[in-house]
Amino acid sequence: MIFPEFFYGMIGVALAGFITLARVMLGPSVPDRVVGVDTLNTLIVAGMILLGVAYDRVIYIDIAIVYALLSYIGTLIIAKYLQGGLE
Amino acid sequence: MIEIIIYAFLAVSITFNILGSLSLHRFPDVYTRLHGATKCTTFGTIFAVFAVVLHSIWQLRETNDPKYLQMALHSMVALIALMLTNPTGAHAIAKAAHLSGSKPAKAVIDAYELRARGEVQ
Repeated sequence: MIFPEFFYGMIGVALAGFITLARVMLGPSVPDRVVGVDTLNTLIVAGMILLGVAYDRVIYIDIAIVYALLSYIGTLIIAKYLQGGLE
Repeated sequence: MIEIIIYAFLAVSITFNILGSLSLHRFPDVYTRLHGATKCTTFGTIFAVFAVVLHSIWQLRETNDPKYLQMALHSMVALIALMLTNPTGAHAIAKAAHLSGSKPAKAVIDAYELRARGEVQ
């Protein structure tokens, strides 16, 4: 790796992601798990940006943009499914 | 000097991301968990992108490589996309959770429910 300080930052963000993953696994209801997945999406975007700088590759940051937009669409579709139909 | 500022921004980012993910375990119901997690992780991502932009501008000044300008601009685009879509997604999840029957814990009054029944304006 070329810039190690951003790699250590990514390790911290990954730790936060594992704490979130525990809530996704043991959430008592379905909206709790959806909140956990939405938080995990934001953390993955932050970690991917930091990893792209750490390895000095710009393409990881482009993938982070696409991941942010696609995870937003996924969140909206899950919310639409939860509230029961198209109204 | 510039490394100290980058380390400070990364430390703020990691602190707020970990606090946001811990708030998922400390709050009682869906709405307060959404409140804590969404705000804290958005704030943490803003500071991570600030560190990336500062580092890229510094590298651009030293090496004069246009790759670093591209890195700064693309991370700014990712930050803008995240800041536009994150509150919208949180609002959609909150409304869907209320309509799917998940009630707020320890709440005295539920104005959304009262307005749906037509008791208040």
